[in-house]
Amino acid sequence: MANQPRVKLPKTAKSGELVQVKTLASHDMETGNRKDKEGKAIPRLILKKFSCTLGGAEIFGADMHPAVSANPYITFYIKAEKSGSYVFTWTDDNGEVTTVSQDMAVS
Amino acid sequence: MSKSTHQMVQMDRRQALKVAGAGVLAMGFATAAHATPEDAAMAISKLGGSAKADSAKITIDLPEIAENGATVPVNVTVDSPMTAADHVKHIHVFAEGNPSPEVISFNLTPSTGKADVGTRMRLGKTQNVVVAAVMSDGSVHVNKKEVKVTIGGCGG
Repeated sequence: MANQPRVKLPKTAKSGELVQVKTLASHDMETGNRKDKEGKAIPRLILKKFSCTLGGAEIFGADMHPAVSANPYITFYIKAEKSGSYVFTWTDDNGEVTTVSQDMAVS
Repeated sequence: MSKSTHQMVQMDRRQALKVAGAGVLAMGFATAAHATPEDAAMAISKLGGSAKADSAKITIDLPEIAENGATVPVNVTVDSPMTAADHVKHIHVFAEGNPSPEVISFNLTPSTGKADVGTRMRLGKTQNVVVAAVMSDGSVHVNKKEVKVTIGGCGG
């Protein structure tokens, strides 16, 4: 990925609080339906998997298809239960993985 | 000598694969240039369970008119306590009039806390967006909403 994805997660939260997470990855999400100037099909290359884990356990995930817009934006909630490093990963069609991790302290 | 024949064989195999691949692509295009409501319904029936249509549990937040089909914001909330015993496992989003109906599938867990997800999607034309929620007890709830698209967003 050209630029690191952006993740908006609060640095602190109260135990049991529902916090909204916003993620924005930088990717063309080439559908495979488009053609270039010479009329040749442009091969598909999309981010197909997204996941948010804490200590190896998946909290939230998404399987994306070509109908997801370029620069995939995903929002979801997590229940603040444990402090730790939340790991966000994006996997593309070629298996290339981009990871961002961010700490949240739960009190 | 034997090496060069080996290379020849490899070349032939590669070319054969290419031709076969092109054939499959062409067939795909001819038969499924656009998905139909039936395709979306098929995809939903594969989720198992008896789908409850027009479920009040699902709220779909979509613009009535999307000027740019390349990025249409969508937000889905499902009424659920999100406990270990009773939670939403998957939220699937389908677009009935796109080249293929699948848009995105969200996988939720009790730690998600609230079944409220959002993204931005591409819509090729004016169509229904169908959302299916799979609950932890296996039941499937379905709801849909129409979006009018001014400029399609699937590229030409």
